[in-house]
Amino acid sequence: MSRSTTLYDRIWDEHVVVPASEPGAPDLLYIDRHLLHEVSTPQSFELLRENGLAVRRPATQLAVPDHAVPTRTRDGTIREEMARKQVALLERNCAEFGIELLPLTDARQGIVHVMSPEQGFTLPGLTFVCGDSHTATHGAFGALAFGIGASECGTVMATQCLWQTRARNLRVTYRGQLSPHVTTKDMILALIAKIGASGGVGHAIEFAGEAVRSASMEARMTLCNMAIEAGSRVGMVAPDDTTFAYLADRPRAPKGAMWDAALAHWRTLNSGDAVFEREVTIDAAALAPQVSFGTSPDQTVGIDAVVPEVPARALEYMGLSTGQPLAGLPIDYAFIGSCTNSRIEDLRAAAGVIRGRHVAPGVTAMVVPGSTQVKKQAEAEGLDRLFLAAGFEWHNAGCSLCVAMNGDRVPEGKRSVSTSNRNFEGRQGAGARTHLASPAMVAAAALNGKLVDVREDQAAKELVG
Amino acid sequence: MSGVKQVTGQAFALPLEDVDTDVIYPALFLLHTEKRGLGRFAFHDRPAIREAYAAAGSPPILVAGANFGCGSSREHAVWALADFGLRAIVAPSFGEIFRSNCANNGLIAAQVDEAALAPLLCAAEAHAAFTVDLRSTEVIVGDTRTPFAVPEADRELVLEGWNTTTRMLALHGAQIAQFEDRQRAREPWLWTEE
Repeated sequence: MSRSTTLYDRIWDEHVVVPASEPGAPDLLYIDRHLLHEVSTPQSFELLRENGLAVRRPATQLAVPDHAVPTRTRDGTIREEMARKQVALLERNCAEFGIELLPLTDARQGIVHVMSPEQGFTLPGLTFVCGDSHTATHGAFGALAFGIGASECGTVMATQCLWQTRARNLRVTYRGQLSPHVTTKDMILALIAKIGASGGVGHAIEFAGEAVRSASMEARMTLCNMAIEAGSRVGMVAPDDTTFAYLADRPRAPKGAMWDAALAHWRTLNSGDAVFEREVTIDAAALAPQVSFGTSPDQTVGIDAVVPEVPARALEYMGLSTGQPLAGLPIDYAFIGSCTNSRIEDLRAAAGVIRGRHVAPGVTAMVVPGSTQVKKQAEAEGLDRLFLAAGFEWHNAGCSLCVAMNGDRVPEGKRSVSTSNRNFEGRQGAGARTHLASPAMVAAAALNGKLVDVREDQAAKELVG
Repeated sequence: MSGVKQVTGQAFALPLEDVDTDVIYPALFLLHTEKRGLGRFAFHDRPAIREAYAAAGSPPILVAGANFGCGSSREHAVWALADFGLRAIVAPSFGEIFRSNCANNGLIAAQVDEAALAPLLCAAEAHAAFTVDLRSTEVIVGDTRTPFAVPEADRELVLEGWNTTTRMLALHGAQIAQFEDRQRAREPWLWTEE
């Protein structure tokens, strides 16, 4: 018996339209699904117009505004002129080219990478693209999903294909189970810190191990979401019963006999005994909650560590010095949201930390649900009232403070602790200082006014009652 | 787009690693829906870089540290750098989406060995004349020829100035249609909306 192929290679092989002319050359790869948002597609539609091209399969495309939309108010209009025009342009483009768009006021609106799984638009075994680098999120379902540029979005719309060079296979195995208050966000941050921001370049990551198998779909999405922060465009988890249970009865998932046929196929999507070109192992049971300290996501340590030695520019920008403990660092802003950590389980984890306390004086704390559906669910569970009573702002769905191009912004020099994915210079606003962490860690920081170890924070609360 | 065989001129040294696309093109300017004239936003929040580049005479070549263009997929970063005046970027590694975006816009993303970076940065700072030759895949400075890597498909695309999309349809339209017929029969649940 020959050995299996990896999940990545298997899906790749099933989508080759024209094989590479020689080893190392690109294959023409068929693309099953394309998600569109307002920021990365205006120029893609221009490409179609300039070349007189139509959208080949409109039913494989789905659009939603998320990046530029304001989250404080949602009353049908966007006050900021450029954002309003950008969203209106997406609406016009989609209407002209026959692509379905979920408008800002739609109950299904949300961040592309939150909305699509909710709707069952994301399925196992698909090739899946979006003009957004966090598209690997959909790899949580065992899809081959990756971010592309605007020109490539245009090419996909016209042809359903892209020339792509196969990546090498990297398996990341998480041994053991996570301790309480440690999450898949900490798992992915620890990986990025271990292999570096370019450590995964040229590789497709498959996440495996006990801590991945026992993770929920939402937790797996958080894990795959940040593969790009390790340089890898692709992060995947083989689909299993957790995946299928999540997808059953989603609006766009197959139904009836189609579901049965799909399920039979999906059950075969795994890496079996395949050999990976590279393996990395992480002891999940030993992980502390992680927090970034610098201006690259790989500049991350456990909350119980001190700031290590890194290039001076990063520390200067962050206003930190080597040897300084991270716990106890005062913060000004706390952000719970983004395609990484804005789903219902993230909001529950953050709300669960509050325990009757209030956001510390001087801290601006925001909760921004990833989709209108998440928002409604949270409100049905009373989470909005918990957050509001504790002094958190409660927003509408959108990318918000993860990309700071929509009216939500951290002022220059202010320190933010954030559940988002990037601590780059200026990411949350020019001169803003960002620390990445999990939802529970961000909530605990907001309540204490400083970075704290959420494990200790919760243990202390239990003692006091 | 017309093809590019080589880029000659001086080079600008940017000896930083992990220069991400938010630094190259801050998110606030993603509200612009055009792709021309975006050079005014390149490195907008890092005025020292803008000023140094202008003071160097806006040369067509950039020599930068590893993992240049990591982060976001925004093609605006490439449009802005091209409008800024750049035609070739030399670095030990690139963000992968950024590298593809370069090829789709006729920019050369030349990947050199980590060990070759320091001498190239020195030569750039000394205002040496550079040639980034896409035919021989070498960075040529005086008598020194430094080989660089570029995906063969990207090299062809930039050399020939092809239109990827129309070329794909013209050469492979029939194969795409055949693939679709096969997939529709094999995985009908992917085709229920059509």
